[in-house]
Amino acid sequence: MAQGNSGRTGARAVIEALLDEGVELVFGYPGGAVLPLYHELARTPIRHILVRQEQNAVHAASGYARTSGRTGVCFATSGPGATNLVTGIATAYMDSVPVVIFTGQVPTRMVGSDAFQETDITGITIPITKHNYLVKDVEELPRIVKEAFYIASTGRPGPVLVDIPKDVALAPCRAPVPDRVELRGYKPTYQGHPGQLRALARSLGEAERPLIFAGGGVQVSRAEDYLRQIVEKLQIPVVTSLTGLGSFPEDNPLSLGMVGLHGKPCANHALMECDFLMGLGVRFDDRVTGALEKFAPRARIAHVDIDPAEIGKNVRVDLPLVGDISCILKELLPLVEPAGHGPWLKRIKELRNLYPLTYGRGGEVRPQWVIERLGEMTRGQAIITTDVGQHQMWAALFYGFTEPRTFISSCGLGTMGYGLPAAVGAVLARPDKQVWLITGDGSFQMSMAELGTAREQGLPLKILLFNNHSLAMVRQLQHFYYERQYTAIEFTGNPDFVRLAECYGAEGLRISKQEEVVPVLARAMGNDRLTLIECLISPEEIVYPMVPEGAALDEMILPE
Amino acid sequence: MKRTLSVLVENRPGVLSRVAGLFSRRGYNIDSLAVGRTENPAISRMTIVVDGDEQIIEQVGKQLNKLIDVIKISDITNDPYVGRELILIKVNADPSVRGEIMQIVDIFRARIVDIARNSLIIEATGDADKIDAIENSLRPFGIREVVRTGKIAMLRGAKTRGMEASGNGTGE
Ligand SMILES: Cc1ncc(C[n+]2csc(CCOP(=O)(O)OP(=O)(O)O)c2C)c(N)n1
Ligand SMILES: [Mg+2]
Repeated sequence: MAQGNSGRTGARAVIEALLDEGVELVFGYPGGAVLPLYHELARTPIRHILVRQEQNAVHAASGYARTSGRTGVCFATSGPGATNLVTGIATAYMDSVPVVIFTGQVPTRMVGSDAFQETDITGITIPITKHNYLVKDVEELPRIVKEAFYIASTGRPGPVLVDIPKDVALAPCRAPVPDRVELRGYKPTYQGHPGQLRALARSLGEAERPLIFAGGGVQVSRAEDYLRQIVEKLQIPVVTSLTGLGSFPEDNPLSLGMVGLHGKPCANHALMECDFLMGLGVRFDDRVTGALEKFAPRARIAHVDIDPAEIGKNVRVDLPLVGDISCILKELLPLVEPAGHGPWLKRIKELRNLYPLTYGRGGEVRPQWVIERLGEMTRGQAIITTDVGQHQMWAALFYGFTEPRTFISSCGLGTMGYGLPAAVGAVLARPDKQVWLITGDGSFQMSMAELGTAREQGLPLKILLFNNHSLAMVRQLQHFYYERQYTAIEFTGNPDFVRLAECYGAEGLRISKQEEVVPVLARAMGNDRLTLIECLISPEEIVYPMVPEGAALDEMILPE
Repeated sequence: MKRTLSVLVENRPGVLSRVAGLFSRRGYNIDSLAVGRTENPAISRMTIVVDGDEQIIEQVGKQLNKLIDVIKISDITNDPYVGRELILIKVNADPSVRGEIMQIVDIFRARIVDIARNSLIIEATGDADKIDAIENSLRPFGIREVVRTGKIAMLRGAKTRGMEASGNGTGE
C-alpha cells in the first residue's frame, strides 16, 4: 500500500480494484502464472483461503456469494489450474451465482504457442461464463476488473472470468480504477413495464385458483419480504423450485414446498389444478415441468424474470414481465386487492390430506427422519449446503427451510462435490449461523480434501454424511429404468469416515441406530468444532415422490 | 423461415467466436454470417441469416442480446432493405464457350476478374436470388470453385439501424 504510484503494476491495480469493491476474501490456489497477483494480495488485509483443488475455490466462492449476497472471488493459475475451475464455473453459471475469477496466463508473446501450462481458458469458458476477458493491455485492467464485478453482480448474476498474462500483471499501470461502468451492450431491465404490471394485477384478481412458483431469482433479488406481503394480501399458495427453497418460509400454511420431479405431492397436484401460475425468477427447468405438454394444463402462465431469454424458452407464457422481482412485486402490491380464495385453499387442504409426504420403506435409520429432526433442532434456521444424490432431495423435502439464502446446493448442474467447499464459503460468509453440510458417501469423496481447508481456517462446520456405500440416486434410476440391474453403483472401499474426520482434527461421530440420532445431532450442535457425523443408511431407500419420465407432475410414483 | 438479423457488436477479439459459438451450442441454423467494421471503428456489424420458426428466432435474438459485446439486434426481414452478397465463381471456359459465358456475365451485370487458359473467375454481387441464378446458369460449363461472402444488408431510405434506436447514445 505504501508503494508509490510509479511502482504500480497491473497486479497491484487488480488488487486495488478488489479493495475498491470491498472484497474481504479470495478463494484460490497459486501457481507460477498467477504469482504477481498473490504477491500483491499478500500486502493487503484481504484474506486468502487456500483450498485443495481449484474447482473447490469456485464452489467455496459460490457458497460465500449465495449466503452473503456478495460477489465471490477466486484466483487460479494458468493451464491445469484454469481447467480445474471449469466444473466450478459451470456450476455457478447454472445457478446464476456472482463470482469473479482471476486466472494467470502465460506471457502475451507466448499466448497461442502451446507454451508450458497454457490453455485457452477464455475460449473454454465462453459457454459457461456471463462474460470473460483476456487482458492484453495493462491500461485496460482497472476498467476490466470494475466491469467484471459489475457484470457478475447485476441483472441475472453469473460468473465472470478475467485471464491475465503474466507480463501484463507485471507491467506498469497508470490507468485509475474508474468510478463508473459504461457498457453500451449491457443494460439490464429492472423496472417492469407498467402496462404488463397492470395486466398481471388484473389476472391475479380474476384468478380463482392462483399459485405462485418461486425460484432462485426471488432470493437473488432479495424479494422475500415483498413475496410474503403479496402472498398474505392475496392468500395465494406458494410452491418453489429447488433453488427457490427458503424464498418463502415452509412453516407458513400457504407454503406447499418444492415442486417437480421429486416435488411434494401436494405441490405437484396444486400445480396441475391451478388456473393461474405466476412464475417468479424461475427457469421452468425440465426437472420442474415433467412432460412439457402436460405442464399446468389449466393455467394461464405469467412469468416474471430479469432475463428476457428465460421467458418463453421452455413453456408457453401468456403474460411475460421482464424485470427485477423486488421492483415488480413492490409495484404490484398497491395494484392488487386483498382476496381470500377460500374454495381454492380448501382444496389445497384437501390435497395435503389426500397426498401426504411419506417415506416408504427403508432400513433401520431413516434419512428422512434424521433430516426432519435436524430441521426441528435447528428450527429450520441453519444454513444447509448439500451435495447431489438422494440426500440432496431429502434435504430439500424434509428440512423445512424458513429463511432465504439458507439452502445452498448445485441445483442446475447437479455437481457432486459441491457441498463441502460451498459449506466452507458459507461458514466464512455467515459466522453467526450454524452451517450443516448434508452429503452422501459418493459426493463427499469428490471433494473431501477440503476438510483440510476447513481445519486450517478453524471452521466449526457440521457434516451429516449419509453413508449407503453407494451412489444410491443412480441405483434408483437403475431400479426404475434399467430392470433393477445395479451397475457401477456400489462402493466397497469406503474409508472409515469417523476416523477420517479424526485425522483432520475433527470430531467424528456415528449414527447406526434410530435412538442415536437426536443425541448425536445435539452433540454436534453443541461442540463448536468441525464435526462429521457418519449416518449409516440402507442403499435400498428410494426418493419419493418420483415423477416418471414423460409423465405429468400429478402422475407421481408414491410409496405403497 | 429465413430471417435477416442486423447485429451491432463491439469490434473486439473473440466477439465472432462468442456469436458463432452461441449458434452452434444452442443448435440454431445459421445460413450465413458476414461481419465487418462500421462507420465507427469500435463497432462491427454482423449480418446474420438464420433459419427457424418464430419461437427460435425470438430465442436467437434474446440469447444474442445476453452477450455483453452485442450492442443491438434488429430483425430487418420485413423492413425495406438492400441486401447484397458477393460471389466469386471459377468456371471452366474453353475458348469455344467463352462467348456464351460472357453473355451470361453481361446479363447478370457481373464481371470477369481473372482469365486462365481454360477457366475464368467471375465476380457478381446481388441478392441471394440473383447469386443463385448466375451460379445455376454457369453450372453447365463446369464450376470448379465457388466463394460466397454471405449477405450484408442496409435499410433503405434515410433510416439507419444505428445505436440511437437502443436509446443509449449515438454512434457519433
Ligand atoms: C460430478 C458428478 N458425477 C456424476 C453425477 C451423477 N450422479 C448423480 S447422483 C449420483 C450419486 C451420488 O451418490 P452419493 O453422493 O453417495 O448420494 P446418494 O444418492 O447415495 O445419497 C451420481 C453419481 C453427478 N451428479 N455429478
Ligand atoms: Mg451414497
